[in-house]
Amino acid sequence: MPQTATTDNADMTNSRQRNSWRELSFVWPLSKWLWSFALTLFGLALVTFAMTRLSPIDPALQLVGDHASQSTYEQARLELGLDQPLPVQFFRYVETALSGNFGQSISTGQPVAKDIARTFPATIELATAAIILGAGVGLALGITAAMRQGTWVDGFARFVSLFGYSVPIFWLGLLMLLLFYARLHWAPGPGRADVVFQYTVKSVTGFALVDTWISGKAGAFRDALAHLALPAIVLAFHALAAISRLTRAAILTELGQEYVTTARAKGASLRRIVFVHILPNVSGTLLTVIALSYASLLEGAVLTETVFAWPGIGRYLTTAMFAGDMPAILGATLVVGASFVLLNALTDLGVARLESGRKR
Amino acid sequence: MTEPLLSVEDLSIAFPSEAGPVRVVDGISFSVGREVVALVGESGSGKSMTGRAIMGLLPRRAEVRAKRLAFDGHELTTLAPSSWNRLRGSGLGLILQDPKYSLNPAHKVGRQVEEALLLHTKLSAAERRERALDMLDKVGLPDPQRVYTSYPAALSGGMGQRVMIAAMLINRPKLLIADEPTSALDRGLQDQILTLLRSLTEELGMGLLLISHDLQQVSRYADRVMVMRHGKIEEQMASADLANARSDYTRALWAARPSAATYGTRLPVYGGEA
Amino acid sequence: MSAIVQAPSGGPSFLRRMLRSPSAATGGAVVLFILALALLAPLIAPYDPNLQETANRLMPPDAAHWFGTDGFGRDILSRIIYGARPTLLLVLVVVLLMAPLGILVGILSGFFGGITERVLMRITDIVMSFPRLLLAFAFVAIMGPGLINGALALALTSWPAYARQARVETAALRRSDYLAAAEMVGIRGVRLLWGHILPLVLPSAIIRLALDLSGIILAAAGLGFLGLGVRPPTAEWGSMVSEGTQVIFDQWWVAAVPGVAILITSFAFNLLADGLRDILDPRHD
Repeated sequence: MPQTATTDNADMTNSRQRNSWRELSFVWPLSKWLWSFALTLFGLALVTFAMTRLSPIDPALQLVGDHASQSTYEQARLELGLDQPLPVQFFRYVETALSGNFGQSISTGQPVAKDIARTFPATIELATAAIILGAGVGLALGITAAMRQGTWVDGFARFVSLFGYSVPIFWLGLLMLLLFYARLHWAPGPGRADVVFQYTVKSVTGFALVDTWISGKAGAFRDALAHLALPAIVLAFHALAAISRLTRAAILTELGQEYVTTARAKGASLRRIVFVHILPNVSGTLLTVIALSYASLLEGAVLTETVFAWPGIGRYLTTAMFAGDMPAILGATLVVGASFVLLNALTDLGVARLESGRKR
Repeated sequence: MTEPLLSVEDLSIAFPSEAGPVRVVDGISFSVGREVVALVGESGSGKSMTGRAIMGLLPRRAEVRAKRLAFDGHELTTLAPSSWNRLRGSGLGLILQDPKYSLNPAHKVGRQVEEALLLHTKLSAAERRERALDMLDKVGLPDPQRVYTSYPAALSGGMGQRVMIAAMLINRPKLLIADEPTSALDRGLQDQILTLLRSLTEELGMGLLLISHDLQQVSRYADRVMVMRHGKIEEQMASADLANARSDYTRALWAARPSAATYGTRLPVYGGEA
Repeated sequence: MSAIVQAPSGGPSFLRRMLRSPSAATGGAVVLFILALALLAPLIAPYDPNLQETANRLMPPDAAHWFGTDGFGRDILSRIIYGARPTLLLVLVVVLLMAPLGILVGILSGFFGGITERVLMRITDIVMSFPRLLLAFAFVAIMGPGLINGALALALTSWPAYARQARVETAALRRSDYLAAAEMVGIRGVRLLWGHILPLVLPSAIIRLALDLSGIILAAAGLGFLGLGVRPPTAEWGSMVSEGTQVIFDQWWVAAVPGVAILITSFAFNLLADGLRDILDPRHD
């Protein structure tokens, strides 16, 4: 970095001045971020809308069925606004989506929004459990591999990481069910809860662990936890791979930095260097990868939920796909897509704030 | 001169490569007592490696061999890693070139200055803080309080290097190795820092190994000068005797120094191989 | 320091260096093996993959059927071998769509700068924020299953990373003396882009491709698993796993074996990518 020829004192006063501007200086980036976020959501809506209009499936036909009369069909077209010019259709589409109305599901007959509200919490619960597992094990593995670079631990960590990147999640889920449920009887079967508890626990938040905890029924809580375990482990695998690999790389890069040499020159142990000196410097990177992994877990849940019959939005989506239930497909895609975009955007924001806080 | 702090006999450092081991330091011997000794050479002469070897901070793949590498009664070639950690920061200190990189951007300055005390002494937090502030004042920082609570990013180059010195001297090491301590600084600051190092060395009664590429500059602050070239020590002498150096190389380095007298003329160029 | 830094060069020395990296060598070998399976399927496979022998349904692995038979009595080994085809074909189509598009967008933005760059990069950023897999699923679900739709979906959601990388590299080259020299000689326009910028942007794109491919294989398998891939009865690894789901607890090999094929293929591409990265960019690790 270039050295300025100012005297030492002047430099300190400059940084004090800059600190007082800092309060105002995040308003502008915040509005930039909002604009970026809104634009991305707009793009998402545009893409999904384009897909529906380009699709070979005729929404009006789907609504009224093959045997309806011509006039009923025409009526349906009018009702759905299919006679309007495309930009108008898009506008209505965005309008209704923003108001939370995603239409009626063709298979369940319920409003799609209601279906989503029912199923989304289950996915969030699963993804959250998976990220806690994935991040916990991933960080530990990455740190250990970096500290013991070149040993068998490092090789093992690299292998696990490669494996996690390469394994098809749905297949892993199936095999885990085979092994831990069918053969070893360690884990309960597919689904979120035993039939016994399914109707005896009131659904308050939609999160099984929370609801069963509130209900006070220890058996129900343990059951919910047991059902959560296997799918969470499976889902965590890919996140684990990314997190452990990045952690290892980040720490190894930092180990080559000069401030580490300084710390070593003071007599600091490797452990102290990694945990006290390096981790604060890589925390931004690590949090970013964890947050981004969380977002991708929402995607991965689609396959995992199908295998474990987990009643989340992923399974709702796949069921809708099989049935050709367009409103449901769209609604679920938009909701999960928007969450994904939101998570990514929040991560960008968080990283920017973290970095600006460290600089002068 | 009393018993030397550091005795180096026949030190060699080699790195493995595809074409066989590459010797960056080839059988050098010297000693450092309670004095300022300059180790001067071009890039690639092996001077930095020597400094790192004394600190035990060479990468794992480096092969270090010496008949004797003794510091303060310890034989460094056979030292265990845990013993190294005890020695570094208490008996030995190292100052690096650029404080923009050698200070941890995530820790406050005060914490970094105190660290050696935290690792090697049983002083309380308040005592450490007091010593740190005292040290920051000693190295010439005008507002120790504010510097103590700042992050390194808020410091200029000169301030940062003073902080480094404070951090390394706070635990009164016996030997300080300064690896190009002023190369990243402006000319005016360079002399200030070197003067500071010299005076602190004398005040604390320690030894200072000053590694540099600028023969003219360090000779003004050093008691003795060692000239290194291609991994070997060309010659060593008192800095006062530099004008009468025996080696062609040293004479060439010394003669090439720019000054008012040589302004407008061509400086002599050493006609040897690179 | 008298250390010598070696720049990567093409030709036989590159191949030799590649062989020295165990990851690249192993990965590359496996990829070539699978490629061979796909190309030589009719010659290698012991049975017709669609031949149903209902009398021999769900047989465990034995001498006649090395991987057993599935629910329709079809030989699983043959289906595995033939199953390499749709997988690799989809990968090929995705690569042919995704990389040129991304690189083109990137080079144009980096080279022309200004409003072109801003608009293109804005679009790139937006598409990059989309959930790749989810949109691919939705795309195929809405537009209809099939290999082309699947490939299209994956390509359309994956090109941004290439655009970003190409832009950064092109922008850096833009200011370089190397390019200035070429322009002074009179090389301009498309010829400049094609002959001078593209070759320098390609190596990192190739590394990224190798990395991406493993993910694309998994995504394709996922589509197949959900029934959104090639139409039955064509053998495809993902749909084979799906077919084996019903009988997973008793005839586990029906679902397990195709999954192993997916795993090995994806793993091989990952190894190859790791190895390539070690060779072409030794700063990593």
